Amino acid sequence: MTTDRQPIASGLWSDEDNPHLLAGQASDGKIFFPIPEGESGKGLEVIKLSRKGVLWSFTRQDFRPKPPYDGPEDFTPFLLGYIELPGEIIVESHIVDATLEELEIGMAMEFVITAFDDKRATFAFKPERK
Amino acid sequence: MNKVYIIGAGIHPFGRTEERSGRDQGVYAARQALKDANLEWKDIQFAAGGSMAAGNADVMLNDLGLTGAPFINVFNGCATGGSALSTAQSAIASGQYDIAMAVGFDKHPRGAFNANPKSFGLPDWYGQTGMMLTTQFFALKLQRYMHLHGISRETLGRVAEKSFRNGAMAEHAWRRTPMDLETILDSPMINHPLSKFMFCAPAEGGVALILASEKKVRELGSDAVGIASVAIRSRPPGSFEVYAPAIDVIEGGKPTVLASQAAFEIAGIGPEDIDIAQLQDTESGAEIMHMAENGFCKDGEQEQWLAEGRTEITGSLPVNTDGGCIANGEPIGATGLRQVYENVTQLRGRAGARQVSGKAKTAYSHVYGAPGLSGVAILEV
Repeated sequence: MTTDRQPIASGLWSDEDNPHLLAGQASDGKIFFPIPEGESGKGLEVIKLSRKGVLWSFTRQDFRPKPPYDGPEDFTPFLLGYIELPGEIIVESHIVDATLEELEIGMAMEFVITAFDDKRATFAFKPERK
Repeated sequence: MNKVYIIGAGIHPFGRTEERSGRDQGVYAARQALKDANLEWKDIQFAAGGSMAAGNADVMLNDLGLTGAPFINVFNGCATGGSALSTAQSAIASGQYDIAMAVGFDKHPRGAFNANPKSFGLPDWYGQTGMMLTTQFFALKLQRYMHLHGISRETLGRVAEKSFRNGAMAEHAWRRTPMDLETILDSPMINHPLSKFMFCAPAEGGVALILASEKKVRELGSDAVGIASVAIRSRPPGSFEVYAPAIDVIEGGKPTVLASQAAFEIAGIGPEDIDIAQLQDTESGAEIMHMAENGFCKDGEQEQWLAEGRTEITGSLPVNTDGGCIANGEPIGATGLRQVYENVTQLRGRAGARQVSGKAKTAYSHVYGAPGLSGVAILEV
């Protein structure tokens, strides 16, 4: 359902069947997400972040944000949170295929690409279902 | 460094004043502060002031008088007021001036703040996808804190209940009607676990303070409150701040902890010595977390503190005695100075119905803001 949609930004995730978020890694091992633009991004190695993580915190966006939010006019509350990618970094992300009641800090999550609107796709995590 | 005192305090009521610009509210507060100190604008040798969204503060000179005195514009997010205070305090502490003014005002449109990603060095997609909201940050930080330290949603409600109760007794407050716990808990959800009446709202207001050297205090015979310390700190590595697309896996420090420790060290006292505290309560969870970050209790103890009413005006450590941001709203440039105004009013024993019991000797104020900075001021009499 998302294959015909354009990524919301280029270079945010890898272009492959099972995509990964892209981050920058400094020579001392420190990871930066998103990859910084300009001077701070120089000399960083582009790495793929893990597709699996655990839920670090979460909330639900219950009102339609003002611009620069650019989602559908017909607003539906969405879930978001931070996902800890062990040993790498904790990333902020939309959360899909879940309800607020189901979410628990520490639960296993996996990376997905999801529809943002009719034309664009963005990244998200969803609870890992065994 | 010379000791610095606050000898005058003025405030324009917070909330919504359609007919008055943000700067006009600053001018109103400045004139009130001058009257309180029994001075005229021409007596002010140095001024520092700012607003986030209501224009350059030094334009006030057109209203107050073109005396030629230096006026430094301050623009430092939620720490704008604290930075104005710090700048004016340094000007006197250095011995360069004897009388200075710190002023802050603001006027924001209704609804949650919306920031431009580029101005925070962030990519457009972060704002476009709806993840760059201050309210979300507070909810996300709080959700994890409640999970780790056993804080209930009822405790969040108790904080807001106290804010509205205190605000009802503060002439300058916006929300002046008490609200019961159930109404707060059942109000529409904004970002789970935070509902509408647990949040402060962007608003308007102005505050001005007159600062003076010891020599001037003696000369004028002022009703003076001493500044024991002012400290502003920015974020250390590994901290979790507002507008963060990612956080380090290794947890680091917090700007509030750094500013608090620095302020206590300069003042030579500890949290146990503080009689009143004004803590940044952008929402009720922030007040809870800032109680611990500023060293007043351990993580998790807030549950019991609130149940026992320890932070009430009648409690052992009254917190946000004028209802804080929840009852006053958030005009960014003015909030930090409102907290100091409230502390000055309390320490002078002029707080009327909301006056804390006993003789308060020390008062603490704390602000926090994007993109991760904190300001603390400790006053003493």
